[in-house]
Amino acid sequence: MTQVKEKERKLTIARAMAEAIAQEMRTDDKVFVMGEDIGELGGVFGNTRGLHEEFGGERVRDTPISETAFIGAAVGAASDGMKPVVELMFVDFFGVCFDAIYNMMAKNTYFSGGNVTVPMVLMTSTGGGYSDGGQHSQCVHATFAHLPGMKVVAPSNAYDAKGMMIAAIRDPNPVVFMFHKALQGMGWLGTEKEAIVHVPEAAYEVELGKAVVTRPGTDVTIVGITSGVHFGLKAARILEEQGVSAEVVDLRSLAPLDRDTVIESVKKTGRLIVVDEDYHSYGMTAEIIASVVEAGVPLKAAPQRVAYPDIPIPFARPMEQWALPSPEKIIAAFNKMKED
Amino acid sequence: MKPSQEQQVWMYKHMLVSRFFEEVIEKIYMEGKSPAFNMANGPIPGEMHLSNGQEPCAVGVCAHLTAEDVVTSTHRPHHVAIAKGVDLKAMAAEIFGKRTGLSGGRGGHMHIFDPKVNFSCSGIIGQSVGPAVGAALSRVMQKKSGIAVAYLGEGAANQGAFHEALNMAGVWKLPVIFIIEDNSWGISVSKRASTAIDRNSDRAVAYGMPGEFIAGNDPVAIFDVVGEAIARARNGEGPTLIEIETSRLAGHFMGDGETYRPAGEKEALQKIDPIPVMKQRLLDEGILTDATDAALIEEAHAAVDAAIQFARDSEYAAPEEAMEKVFV
Ligand SMILES: Cc1ncc(C[n+]2csc(CCOP(=O)(O)OP(=O)(O)O)c2C)c(N)n1
Ligand SMILES: [Mg+2]
Repeated sequence: MTQVKEKERKLTIARAMAEAIAQEMRTDDKVFVMGEDIGELGGVFGNTRGLHEEFGGERVRDTPISETAFIGAAVGAASDGMKPVVELMFVDFFGVCFDAIYNMMAKNTYFSGGNVTVPMVLMTSTGGGYSDGGQHSQCVHATFAHLPGMKVVAPSNAYDAKGMMIAAIRDPNPVVFMFHKALQGMGWLGTEKEAIVHVPEAAYEVELGKAVVTRPGTDVTIVGITSGVHFGLKAARILEEQGVSAEVVDLRSLAPLDRDTVIESVKKTGRLIVVDEDYHSYGMTAEIIASVVEAGVPLKAAPQRVAYPDIPIPFARPMEQWALPSPEKIIAAFNKMKED
Repeated sequence: MKPSQEQQVWMYKHMLVSRFFEEVIEKIYMEGKSPAFNMANGPIPGEMHLSNGQEPCAVGVCAHLTAEDVVTSTHRPHHVAIAKGVDLKAMAAEIFGKRTGLSGGRGGHMHIFDPKVNFSCSGIIGQSVGPAVGAALSRVMQKKSGIAVAYLGEGAANQGAFHEALNMAGVWKLPVIFIIEDNSWGISVSKRASTAIDRNSDRAVAYGMPGEFIAGNDPVAIFDVVGEAIARARNGEGPTLIEIETSRLAGHFMGDGETYRPAGEKEALQKIDPIPVMKQRLLDEGILTDATDAALIEEAHAAVDAAIQFARDSEYAAPEEAMEKVFV
């Protein structure tokens, strides 16, 4: 058999998500999409572009601004044989509809002893950095991942976005699919170029609940998710110039959490920095550090976290930029470890 | 209830201030955002929702209010804030994110808070409504004068919070007015595509309160109907739901391609821009002369220019000040 090398086909996360949904809609007529401005507009963040043209308004439905209604409806449709993909435009808006999400979507499978399934995907945008203020810039990763019964995933590049979206749609369980606005490839939000990568045309799955070592290294493990991965990669390149070999782990999934990959990495490096754009306290950073400590991994220095301070996100650019995680903060955290 | 000549001039003048303010904001917003439009750049980063065309909803209501009355607004708040008497300089500075802004730059354009005139807003659709009901309740419980007015868009009337809050206000007969600005669009989704009935004002019957629909985007007609409702509220006769037909002359936010608008809609709306329409009527009725109009225009520009200059000249807060004011 001859292997034909596929031509490079770089896509944004937005395009990769739309392609994944379209491919599943072509092969499974139970898959349909609901949300605000996801129809003709193609989604405020571009991730449903082209779907309305191809599949029409019956399967690609603009909803009223009624999140409780359409997310609750998705729960009911999912348990009745459909496979809804619904969008909560900004994750910050979960406040108006969380009951449908965490008390029903996430619990009905368990309550029914596994007899009722809820195969739906809730996709939602996260993240700040572009001065959209404190109701449009949050990540709230831990708020979702803390609550049992739903898978929570968040890719950092287009390859994973496509494969994880397909896996999420095919999963018999509810999956919250978070996408970070700055990685989305929408020029108007400022785009992280490294999130735009080669994406194979044919449908494929990236297994949910599996972290990946994005950059191998030996001196320190930097664990991140979405924007945190890209901050970590940039920090790793700067550290390399200083003769430090940093390993970067992209969690990709918050629930289930792949503790093993993180633990294996820290066993090798003995140092751990966790980066998260979500709030500092009670967050993913704490969970990762606790997991490594609980596993009894020998550490050369106290683990560090680089996360968002425990404040609402300020609008003014200087304040917001100051509060965000950054490669510089990761390097400062590493230097602090060296002093230990 | 007909507005006096003085009140009509007040309304016209505040429409001018609001429009000029938006026009300047629009221009400054684009600074640093071309050739590549990136929201993060320029002196005013982030989202920007302009109120051009919706000024009648602001002035026709706020002409009846004083500083003690409470107003809650939305993600599209500038016109209402201006008519409510929010400090224009401090509001401009907040929109620029400066230390001299109403919140020292912590809030931004979707989070304008001016307790001096009891104005606030929220960027979460439908969430203007509960706090207005609570303010009305508080006035009753404290036996204090003043009423509350909640603004929301027609899209927000499909949010659960709207229905829960109206029912409660109806049960408790609170002194609160609900003003729906019906610009017929919620981002790209039309009212027709999202709302099961033609007029949200008809929903009032479900909550035991009067419902009124005001067509024409006309400040005088709004003044009239809202005046009756506010008089009832001040008199202890309970809440009213009012839907005002208005028009969004700009995109949903700056940078919106507006591809969803039917061809010709925007041009047709421009032709009935409420500001020239009102001006013509005031001239026809002899309430305004070319000279007084010119003076009002100049005054409005001067107020806006002074506010913008103040905002530009102000400093940013030190970045570490981000940690302050979480608690007091
Ligand atoms: C709970 C919630 N859902 C969705 C949004 C996103 N969003 C912002 S403005 C808007 C449209 C609002 O339409 P309308 O209430 O008619 O107000 P308009 O923009 O027309 O002034 C939407 C959906 C939000 N801010 N909050
Ligand atoms: Mg509207």
